Amino acid sequence: MRDPAVLGLDPTPAAMGSPLVAEGTAALVAAAPALAAAVPDAAPARRRSGPHEVWHRFSRHRLALVSVVVLAMLVLGVLLGPLLWPIAIDDIDFSAMLQGPSAAHPFGTDDLGQDILARMISGGRISLAVGVSAMLVATVVGLTVGSLAGMSRGALGPVLMWVTDLFLALPQLPLLLLLIYLFRDTLKRIFGVEGGVFVMIVLVIGGLGWMPVARLVRAQFLSLREKEFVEAARSQGATTFHLVLHHILPNALGPVIVAGTIEVSSAIIAESTLSFLGLGFPPDIPTWGRILFDAKDHLDVAPHWALFPGAAIFLTVLSINFIGDGLRDALDARRVV
Amino acid sequence: MPTAVSAPVSAAVSTPLLEVENLTTAFRRDGAWREVVHGVSFTVGARETVALVGESGSGKSVSALAVMRLHPRQASRVGGRVLFEGRDLLALPEPAMRGLRGDAIAMVFQEPMTSLNPVLTIGFQIAEGLMLHRGLGREAAEAEAVRLLDRVRIPAARSRLHDHPHRFSGGMRQRVVIAMALACRPKLLIADEPTTALDVTVQAQILDLLKELQDQEGMAVLFITHDMGVVAEIADRTVVMRHGRAVEAGDTAEIFRGAHHPYTRALLSSVPKLGSMAGETRPLRFPIVSATTGAVDVPPGLPDTVTPGQRPVLEVSGLTTRFDIRGGLLGKVRGCVHAVEGVSFTLGAGETLALVGESGCGKSTTGRSVLRLIEPAAGSVLLDGEDVLTLGPAALRERRKRMQMIFQDPFASLDPRMSVGAAIAEPILLNRLGTRAEARARTADLLQRVGLTPDMASRFPHEFSGGQRQRICIARALAVRPRLIVADESVSALDVSVKAQVVNLMLELQAEFGLAFLFISHDMAVVERVSHRVAVMYLGEIVEMGPRAAVFGDPQHPYTRRLLAAVPVPDPARRGARHKVSADEIRNPIRALDYVPPVRQYREVSPGHVVQAWGEEWEPKGTSAAA
Repeated sequence: MRDPAVLGLDPTPAAMGSPLVAEGTAALVAAAPALAAAVPDAAPARRRSGPHEVWHRFSRHRLALVSVVVLAMLVLGVLLGPLLWPIAIDDIDFSAMLQGPSAAHPFGTDDLGQDILARMISGGRISLAVGVSAMLVATVVGLTVGSLAGMSRGALGPVLMWVTDLFLALPQLPLLLLLIYLFRDTLKRIFGVEGGVFVMIVLVIGGLGWMPVARLVRAQFLSLREKEFVEAARSQGATTFHLVLHHILPNALGPVIVAGTIEVSSAIIAESTLSFLGLGFPPDIPTWGRILFDAKDHLDVAPHWALFPGAAIFLTVLSINFIGDGLRDALDARRVV
Repeated sequence: MPTAVSAPVSAAVSTPLLEVENLTTAFRRDGAWREVVHGVSFTVGARETVALVGESGSGKSVSALAVMRLHPRQASRVGGRVLFEGRDLLALPEPAMRGLRGDAIAMVFQEPMTSLNPVLTIGFQIAEGLMLHRGLGREAAEAEAVRLLDRVRIPAARSRLHDHPHRFSGGMRQRVVIAMALACRPKLLIADEPTTALDVTVQAQILDLLKELQDQEGMAVLFITHDMGVVAEIADRTVVMRHGRAVEAGDTAEIFRGAHHPYTRALLSSVPKLGSMAGETRPLRFPIVSATTGAVDVPPGLPDTVTPGQRPVLEVSGLTTRFDIRGGLLGKVRGCVHAVEGVSFTLGAGETLALVGESGCGKSTTGRSVLRLIEPAAGSVLLDGEDVLTLGPAALRERRKRMQMIFQDPFASLDPRMSVGAAIAEPILLNRLGTRAEARARTADLLQRVGLTPDMASRFPHEFSGGQRQRICIARALAVRPRLIVADESVSALDVSVKAQVVNLMLELQAEFGLAFLFISHDMAVVERVSHRVAVMYLGEIVEMGPRAAVFGDPQHPYTRRLLAAVPVPDPARRGARHKVSADEIRNPIRALDYVPPVRQYREVSPGHVVQAWGEEWEPKGTSAAA
């Protein structure tokens, strides 16, 4: 019933936003379904509507707009970086150890004389991919658990919430370490060294990050399912599935998007922590967190080594959070901007 | 138009207490200033009651808050002069203004549920003002608080002083709020819709109380309301506001006798008057007076929509709905709310049965139980002879297209993220009554039928006014061509003029489609206008039911009489003719688990008019003995 094409809407809502947005900011990966859901149909007439309206609202949010630019630059940088900066990440040059930024090495070099810019470009791909994937895992699990708990009127709801509380009560770092020791080798055998560690880290971080989303979604569902418009749809013969998909979920998404962006940030930080502890990717595969870890012994002589990856993590996390804020406001049709 | 009509000076008023001259108020939105009150002037004399009356958005509350200087400073701009005892309040420094608020000028707000702080005892909240403004010590202030609670007639005031607000009912809370306002013996009381959130009988009690306290204290009251009945009941003078301007001001009796401005006449004509339907047998549309020209559109009579002898669309018998109250560590069921208890009625095609009663009487639960939005505990609901309560989920969804519901709050009952067109098309598509193209065509058709235009389909609910939203909800309910519509307080939240139009629309649609309406309302005057038959509910049971003319013309049950007596009559000439309403409250329907509801006896007074036999709990109230 909400098929956008039938109702005369360009079926690719994201494409009608800004080219910047479309260019794959991490947060928009999460927002695409929300965008589509928030825009049931659109008028071709003079009125701004649908995606235009969402974009208009989003563009009123200054910080979010700046954040989109910053994040787009970071994403483009790690994607296109190797073309513009073709130095290999493992190009060891002992004559240029621990050098500060210079024309030859804009971000300086590490203790093996490897170019930090090249390593950051390569590491950023992994860090951003881990962040987005872990967020997707956490959001999907959280949405499922939360909506089941939120719609259940029987024993399922409390049981799911006990499980959620149980997961929240687990000490995360020791558990992460344990899981990694237990499963690293199995996964390496299945997916290969890099792939295995990637899958493991995403699953572990996502699997321990869904609880806030689940609680949030449940709370939203509990209040939304009693709303009159839901009752109205029910009295018109809607099935529970239809109610959830078309009425409750779209209205619950605002806070979920914000939680999702926070999840991206915390996943990037969690990956950094794991790498920092030497438990993430192997030392020859750089990630932003791994570079930070390697830099810690040389902070006094080569602070640049830690500063650049640190700044990259900081900027990514900050801009994703602002984009989340902006999206939440933009997708709320009632909000007067 | 600063002053449309100069107010006639009432007797014994020499210098007014409050003089508002050319008051303007603007709010900043999106960086631009938007003026919402454009030069309003009025005066309030000592000991006088002035009503500011108007529909939502007319600027009446904004003006009152501007007098108190309660608007946020950064986002509002107030112009003009507000003279209180000769001092310009708008020029007063903030500390001096703070000294006046709650002391010389006090305020009572609309919502008694939210205007008390839930974590403080009521005694402390009353004493607070006294300690602040009068410098009383704690003990003296509490003693004074007890005296005040006695004055607003809260039973056992001394023992209830240390209770928190949640232990009081809505009416009692409003009394507490009034006690707080009266604490410092204000010269001016600003009451912003103080009775709107209350039931009619409670409203009548509060109005009586305000009037009495005003006489004793000798204070002036600025009464803000949308209800012409309340105005007629309480105000000496009336200022009618519209779109931020005062369109008419004058003596209340004169305004009701012969209003000059077409808007005032339009407003007055759309006020439902209890008793205006005497002699009519069928529902009647409201006359619509144009607010600009004053031209009257006399309603044509409606055709008779009820055909006797047919099997009723809806037959409800012994309907019972209870809600469990759980408590204790393991969530054991401690008791039940007997929301609906053994309710039986029938409703024919083209007929309107009104369920009336006060909040908590179970009328909404009855409506929802009929549609099985709430699962009833017992009874049967036959829709066209088929029991709805025994249907499986799929069959129930299928039957739901024959019975639809219109809710009280049109905004809450529309999905804020769904365009209006999609909302109306949804039931058609859900029930597979047509293709998308057909649904779109029917949506356009329905929008036109309810008085909107098809191009509005792409807009979202927040872009419409309250009346338009209710029209949209009606269109959505009609989309599946139902036989029965449950209208749950469907017009209660609307402004009077809009209410009249929506009621007219519903009556026209009934005539056109032969709809059966289960019209749930607390508003006796509207009910009198629209219904064929009336059922009065009290504590989950129907205490009296019968043809509209019989129930309104010859009420039998003491509760029906009390309810009718409490309705404010929009006619100042009949002020005081109203019965004194006894100050007791509706009891709550919470019962222990082993409670067995008594078997009720009904007595037929005249054909179709049945009354529940009542026990002696009704007798000493003295409204009337059994006929």
